This record gives sequence, structure tokens and C-alpha cells, in this order.
Amino acid sequence: MLYDIGLTVTYRYDVPSDRGKTLVRLLPTDIARHQSVRSSQLLVDPVPAERHDERDFFGNAMSVLSFSQPLTEVSYCVTAQVERIAEVRGLDLSPTLGSLAGEIAQHRQLGPRAPHHFVSASPRVSPDAAITDFARSVAGSGETSLHIVERVGQALHEEMRFDATATDVHTSPSDAFANRHGVCQDFSHVMIAALRALGVPAGYVSGFLRTLPPEGQPRLEGADAMHAWVSAWCGTETGWIEYDPTNACLVARDHITVAHGRDYGDVAPVKGVLRTSGNQSSLHAVDVVPVDGTDR
Amino acid sequence: MNPYLANYTPLPGVADELFDADGTMRPVWAPFMDQLGSLSPADLAAHLARGDQYLRDAGVYYRHYGEDQTERDWPLSHIPVILHEDDWTRLCDGLAQRADLLEQVVADLYGDNRLVAEGHLPAELIAQNPEWLRPLVGVKPASGHFLHLLAFEIGRSPDGSWLVLGDRTQAPSGAGFALENRVATARMFPEPFPRANTLRLAGFFRAFRDAMNALPGARDRQAAVLSPGQGNDTYFEHSYIARYLGLMLLEGEDLIVQDGAVQVRTVSGPQPVGVLWRRLDAAYADPLELEESSQIGTAGLVEALRRSNVNMVNALGSGILETRAFMAFLPKLAQVLLGGPLTLPNIATWWCGQDAERAYVRDNADALFIGDALSRGLPFEIGTGETAIPEGQTLGQWIDAQGARLVAQEPAKLSTSPAWDGAGLTPRPMSIRVFAARTPDGWVFLPGGYARIGQPSGTTALSMQSGGSVADVWVMRDGPVPEETLFEPGTIRRQETGALPSRVADNLYWLGRYIERTECAIRLLRAYHLRLTETGNASDVCVTRIESLLGDWGLSVDAPLDRALESALGPARHCARRMRDRFADDGWNALADLTNQLENLSGHLIWGDDTARMLGVLLRKITGFNGLVHENMHRSSGWRFLTFGRALERADGVTAVLDRFATGEAVPGLPGVALEFGDSTITHQRRYRIEPIPATVIDLLALDRHNPRAVLYQLTTMRRIAQDLPFAEVHGRVSPVLKLLRPLETRLTVAEPGDLDTAALADIRQILNQVSISLSATYMV
Repeated sequence: MLYDIGLTVTYRYDVPSDRGKTLVRLLPTDIARHQSVRSSQLLVDPVPAERHDERDFFGNAMSVLSFSQPLTEVSYCVTAQVERIAEVRGLDLSPTLGSLAGEIAQHRQLGPRAPHHFVSASPRVSPDAAITDFARSVAGSGETSLHIVERVGQALHEEMRFDATATDVHTSPSDAFANRHGVCQDFSHVMIAALRALGVPAGYVSGFLRTLPPEGQPRLEGADAMHAWVSAWCGTETGWIEYDPTNACLVARDHITVAHGRDYGDVAPVKGVLRTSGNQSSLHAVDVVPVDGTDR
Repeated sequence: MNPYLANYTPLPGVADELFDADGTMRPVWAPFMDQLGSLSPADLAAHLARGDQYLRDAGVYYRHYGEDQTERDWPLSHIPVILHEDDWTRLCDGLAQRADLLEQVVADLYGDNRLVAEGHLPAELIAQNPEWLRPLVGVKPASGHFLHLLAFEIGRSPDGSWLVLGDRTQAPSGAGFALENRVATARMFPEPFPRANTLRLAGFFRAFRDAMNALPGARDRQAAVLSPGQGNDTYFEHSYIARYLGLMLLEGEDLIVQDGAVQVRTVSGPQPVGVLWRRLDAAYADPLELEESSQIGTAGLVEALRRSNVNMVNALGSGILETRAFMAFLPKLAQVLLGGPLTLPNIATWWCGQDAERAYVRDNADALFIGDALSRGLPFEIGTGETAIPEGQTLGQWIDAQGARLVAQEPAKLSTSPAWDGAGLTPRPMSIRVFAARTPDGWVFLPGGYARIGQPSGTTALSMQSGGSVADVWVMRDGPVPEETLFEPGTIRRQETGALPSRVADNLYWLGRYIERTECAIRLLRAYHLRLTETGNASDVCVTRIESLLGDWGLSVDAPLDRALESALGPARHCARRMRDRFADDGWNALADLTNQLENLSGHLIWGDDTARMLGVLLRKITGFNGLVHENMHRSSGWRFLTFGRALERADGVTAVLDRFATGEAVPGLPGVALEFGDSTITHQRRYRIEPIPATVIDLLALDRHNPRAVLYQLTTMRRIAQDLPFAEVHGRVSPVLKLLRPLETRLTVAEPGDLDTAALADIRQILNQVSISLSATYMV
């Protein structure tokens, strides 16, 4: 399936910000057996004085931008055409939790996809007793890890209520879970904490959802802005699988990846060191549309 | 027999530095002990007091972490630890091998990760380590090396052999304190022998500085110490060592990254930086790519490193080598990477992520120190890495449950060395910190200088934070050692002092302003108390007017003096502290003296005459500080900003006073207050021969260009300084500061006293405020 993607993020500052640096992760990249990028570009207005395009540790595309003048408004505009490759899922060969630990230990690598980065606390996801208890209560025993990922995601979806206004970008998974509400970021962080508590390596994925669903299917939650979901490592044979707890589904052709990391902090779309004393507001507009004729 | 050794009994089961196993004094100690023994108790006490006095005068302190963040005097243990050069050289050979090993390990961790792939290091110890900085993976250091300055904490085991207790690779501190220890021991024991046979410290610093200057691209760019700022526990050392080596002392906010190059913001514009000797933890170095919440970093620093544009001493991410669990793997890594064993072993360590090791720890738990595997604390640092066992779990169950999170170490039974207990010498546990610097000719070691001396209670509690002390270490040769200094003989050359960092200019400017503000406050307070004494009437018009102006300045006449003046003096001290490296000890002491005087006064004063007299004493102290600035401070741009700040504040203060006491209809007594504030009563009497009226007072305190208390005089001072600042004239256009100052100076030059009414005075203050803003905007951004 081939998608045309358009995204505009605009930040407005009440008081002009100091000149500063911004780190942007907005462009999708090629991912083997998952997606292939036909074209992509990022336009920034005003044009930054400097721009360096790099890859970060996890392989995500990132741009380091410097502005030489104070800003009252800045917008980032992404256009891309991405082919999403349907993954063929065979038999569930993932190990039980008991054997998963051994497979992790056998994995002698520190590359970006190595499970070791995703097993313990990360800056924005620390262990939480309530989430751990919840995870244990739904995981059961003797199941495959793939099955457990789905079960935890499904249970969280039922347990938590989607609420676009209840939390913000700094809300901790503990708070979101205690109040049983949040947006895709909160659902994902809580699920990551739950999976890690069970010993399943889990990470955070940011990306896009197709705006309008295929005929006859419901519109997915989170299609109006950038979306987030969870990736989980289910053993050497199965590798990484992705689950969207906000919509309670395994990720398939409707999700396009922009960046992945341990938690939101690793993939934050716009991270800035702009000094401003006033308030700031931001505006998102996303369009993810299948290119004609590629649907089905 | 040495009388001070009468009660010196080495402890059983540990080695002693002074006496060997048979109870014979080691020959290397004999000359020092002979000298000590020949001093009478009174003489010895006087000797030791000289060391303490020196450290107090030099203002040596470390900051105590905790609730109060107080500065503590440096805890000097007076008696040096003495080692023979032969032992020392053997030690250093072992440490050089270890330094090379550490370099290879860290290069692998940020490079190919061969050690993990081949199973020599467990992946989780790296991946879960907060000191493994992912943005730095794959970044090759510009200098070609990750490690340039290291410290090793070493101790002696009961059998007399040396052990490495910990590696300091992040930003080792203490080398500057070692220098101060040495100066202090030289004050205490000035006799040429045995000092003449002791290896000197200066050569190490010269080698280190030369090595930094020889790094790629360092020649045409600044080298600087990058400090987390004055809140850090060893900030004194940062400023001391920067001054000693002639390096800039910078903080994260001083730096900007442009086109991937690191530059320091100075009053002359951005200047390129080639070497950063980093004294802050790596995670805080760049809020953009590392710890987001950091207030002390520089956005874009990692980007600059990625483009190999600056030399970092040591590379960001080197702190991972301090991880306690690494001690369990280094002996084997030596075999793998160097092809042989460590010649100097480290303290026995077991990582509980391995089955056999965990079983051993479980079986021997009572005899081991068990803590956090990823902790970077030294083995004996109490409170770091010790974890409580939850209720209902046995120690063994806990060890099994925690597994890879734990590491166990053998408790170090450290040797003892003599310490002074007030009457004689007594054995105390000690460990030595050895500093190593990478030079083109290999690792160079600081010969001695720094040992930690523990409490009498145990042989493991050595942390300074918990009450230990620090001693000099003398490495002695059998014959005399040639003198050494920081400079190579015969190479006198005038160094470029480098442009003044904007932050320092800002602090100097505000120091000048706050010092003058303090003086203005003291003068006005004194006038208040004098009037109160004279009239005995708190509702007298002079008294109430003074009180109201003091109120405008944020001072309450009801508050005790020290608190009233703190609003001006507090910020002055704060500014001074933030640029400690720019201050000679005398200037620092003058400021401290002022504060102490103020503290001593409070609470002992009777309102009125008594207070007025004490305020006079304070004025003389402040004049002392100003005198030092005026007489001793080099006329560099630093002096200019300090003096400019003082001039501006004085002009503003006088104008405010004139507005309140020398405008409008003449009320008897009021103009006299202004004269007294402006220290011009006698001049007035001589010149005008009448009772002061507003016109004469304005004439003398605003328009007289020869009166240093007059507004015009200060305007001329400011204008002259502004002409000497960078960008005074660019393409024929004067700087924004001069653009404001020149017309104002002219205006006052031609004005008549009658011209300066309330509106005109308010206008002058308004322009002065614009001058201040414009100065900041031009030189301090």
C-alpha cells in the first residue's frame, strides 16, 4: 500500500523565543520488510540558519536546526510518499516468558535493534508497582510472549479510557495508569512499563495512521495527529512485533513508522532548546491518504 | 625515640606505612620523623597552624552536599604520607598498563562492540548503563583518544601489595587540591630537608597543559576548563586550576555551537574553542541530545563532537568505565586486549549476573560488600550502592532475585599512616589518589599530593563527605630533586590573555554595581542614624525623607543591619563567587572581610550614633576593596566592566538623592543630606560659603566634572571606558552605549543648576538605565 503523507506542525510563542537549537524527528525512513520511502522532505519556516541531517542511535532520521533570529512562530512541514509492506505472520514460534530471558541473554549485540536497550527503566518509563501487578494479573502463565503482548495490550485498552485532554506530554505512565486515561503516548508508555515488568523488551514507536479507514471499517483513534504505539521483542525467531494499545490491534498496513526508541524521549518529534518566558502553543495537521489504486 | 610516636601502635591485620611488619620504621620516613621529633610541642603546634592559616587565607574550600550546601574548610591532615620513588615508579608502571586497557575498552564500547559480541562483557551492563551515552556511539574523538586525564584510587593490602580500588574517568577531581596540599605542607615544614628530596608536582601540570595544547587544532583556539558552576562541590578547584594553568574557566552557557564549531561568547564576539577540559558529568553537557533537563550544558555540543570539531578531555561517555561491575571483568579483559594479566590487580569483585559468581557471593555474603552493579561510587563510599533487603527475604533470596543488578566486593583492609590527633601521631587508614595525564610520550603521573585519611573507627570509611581528611603524599628520592616550575626555564613569553567571556563581564559589571549600591545604602543609612541622633525625632522631615528613599532601594531601617544590607551585598558576593578565578586572594578576602564585619556587628548596636559610627567602619572596609581594584587590578577589559558598573551605579545613586533632597522649594536641612551622601560637605563650604541650597548642591554633585562624587564626573568615566571597549566604533559609527553617553555628558557639561529639575533628573536616570540595557545587549549576549 502506497501512502501520500502530509504533516504540518506549528509552534507559536507569545514572547519571541531566544535564538536556539531544535532537534527534529519527523521524516520516515526505510525499514526492511516494513516500509520503503519513495520520497520525503522537511520544510521549515522560517528557514533555519543551519541544518544538519543525521541518523540517531536507533537509526531514526533527525535534523539539528539552528535559528539565528528570535522566533514568534515556526512551522515544520513534512511531505512524503511511503510504501507500507504487509507483513506476513506465520505460526507463533515465540518463546514463553521463562525462555525469553535466556534468549535475551544469548543475544550478544548492542546494535539499535538489540533487545537489551528495552528491558529496564528508561528516562520516561520507570517501573511502577501498580502497572506491574496489572501486567502479572493479565499475563497468565505458559503462554507465548507474542500472545502475552496482545493480551496485555487488549487488557490495557479495556482498562484505560482515551481522553485527549486529560494528560500532557510530560505525564508519567504511573499517573496515566492511576487515572486510567490518556492519549496514545500514555497508552504506549503504560504498555511498555507493563511488558518490561514481565521481562518482555518493549519500545516506543512514533508515526502516522491513515486518515480515513478502508470502506466498512471504523476510523482509528489518533489519526488527527502523530500517533504512537509499542514494539515488543518476542524472541530471536519472531523478533520485533508492533502493537497499538490505543486501538487494540497488532500494527499492520495502516501504520507508518517515523521513529522508534525506548520511550517518547528518544523519538520526540520536535525537541527544542528555545528560551522563552511566555506561553507556547502548537498546532498539528496530518493527512495520510492511500495513493489511488494501491488500496487492496 | 620520637616523643610523638609514644602512642603509635599499628593495628593488627593491616599494613602500616610508617612501620614494617617487624616494627621497624621504614627508612624513607626517617628524615621527616627526625625533624618532627626535634620540635617542641609548642613549635610543632605553630608549624601545623601555618598550614591551616594558609588554606584559610587562600580560601580553599569544598562544598558540602546536603541541606545547607555550605562551604567547608579544606580538611587537611597535616602529616604527609611518604613513599619511596622506587615503589612509586613500580606503581605507576602498573597504572599506565591499566590506563591503556581502559582506553581500549571505552573505544570498543563506543566503536565496534567486539567485547560484547565475543562474550567478554555482558550486553546488559552496557545497555542498561546510564553512562553509556547512545548519541556518542560511533563518534570518534577529535584527539584520537577518549581518555586524557585519569585518576586511580589505590590502597595497600595487608600483605603490603597495592590494589586499585576505583578508576576515575569521568572528570577526576583533586589534582588542584593536591597542589594546595603541597603548598600547605611547605608552609608547615619549610625546612629544606627532607623537602629537597621530594618529587615536585609542577612538571605534571606542565606536561598536561602542553599535551592539551598539542591536540589537533588547539594551537589557534582557546583551551578551557568547562565547569558546572559554583554550586559544584569542587568549584574552588576548577577556578584554582584554571588560574594556575592559564586556561579560561567556562560554564555551559558561555559556549555556543555554530556550524558545528564550539565558540565562547566573549565581549569581543564569539571566539573558537579547541580544547575543553570537562569537569561536569557528561549527561549534562548537552540538553539537546543528552539530559533534556540540564541547565548547565551547551545545546549542540554533541553535534560539534560528531563533526570532530573540539577536543574533549575526557570524551563524553568515558564515565561508563567507573561502573563498579566493570572491576569484575577488567582482569580478564587485560588478558584479551593486552595479552597478559594486570600487573596491578584491582579489588576482588563479583558480578551477580553470572551463576557461579552469584553462588559464591551468596555463600560468602557476610564477608562481602554488596551493592548496585552500575554504581560509580568507590568501594568505601558509604551510602552509595548499598541496598536494603526487603522484609521477608533472606540475604540469599535477595541476591538471587536481584541477580545482575548486584555486585560484591571484598572489603578493603587498607594500610594505616600517621595522623596528628592533637597531641601525638596515631595510625589512620588511608588511600591514595594517583593522577595520570596522556602526553605524546605516554602517561605521565602526578607524583603524590593527595591521600585520603579515614576516621580512627575503621579501615574502610574514607569518604571526605563523611568526615575524613586529606593529606599530602611525598614521593621521595635518595638524593635531591631539581626544582621545577610550570614554565620551562628561559621561555618567558607574554601570553595572550584571551577575550573576556560575556558571562564574566556580566558578573564583573554587576559586582561593580552591587558594591556601589552597598556603599550608597551605607551612606544613606548613616545619614539616617545621624539625623535621628541630632533631632531625636522620627517624624523629622529629613528623617522621613531618607527613610522613604531607603524604602525605594528596598532597605528597611527597622531591619538589623546585616539583613538590611544583604539585598545589595548578597548579590555582590554571588557575582564574585561566579568568577572566582578572576580574583586575586586579596580582593576575595576584602569582600569576605566586609561580610564578616557586617555579621559581627548585627545585634550589638544601639540605634542612632552607635550605628552611625559602625556604618563608618563599613564604609572604610568598602573603600579598602575599591582601593584594591583601583590600585592592583590590571586595566584589562575585566577592570573596565567592573569600573563601568560602579560608575553607573554611583551616577544613578547621586541622581536619585539629588531628586529627593535638592529639588523643589528649599526645605532647611534637606540639601545638607545630599552633600553628606556625596561626601562633599567641606568642599561646599569652601566653595560657596553659604548654607547649602538646591542650586549649589546640584552644581557640586551633578555638574562638577572634577568631583568624583558628581554625576558628570561618572559620565566622563563611563564614556572613556566605553571608548576602550570592543566595537566602540564600527565603520565610523559609535557603539550604542556611546551613542547614549555622549549627548548626556554634553548636556550636563553645558547645563545650569536650574536646568536640573525633577523631570530632568528622572530623565537622566532613565538614560542611565538604557545605557545598562545597551551594555548588556552589546557585550553580554
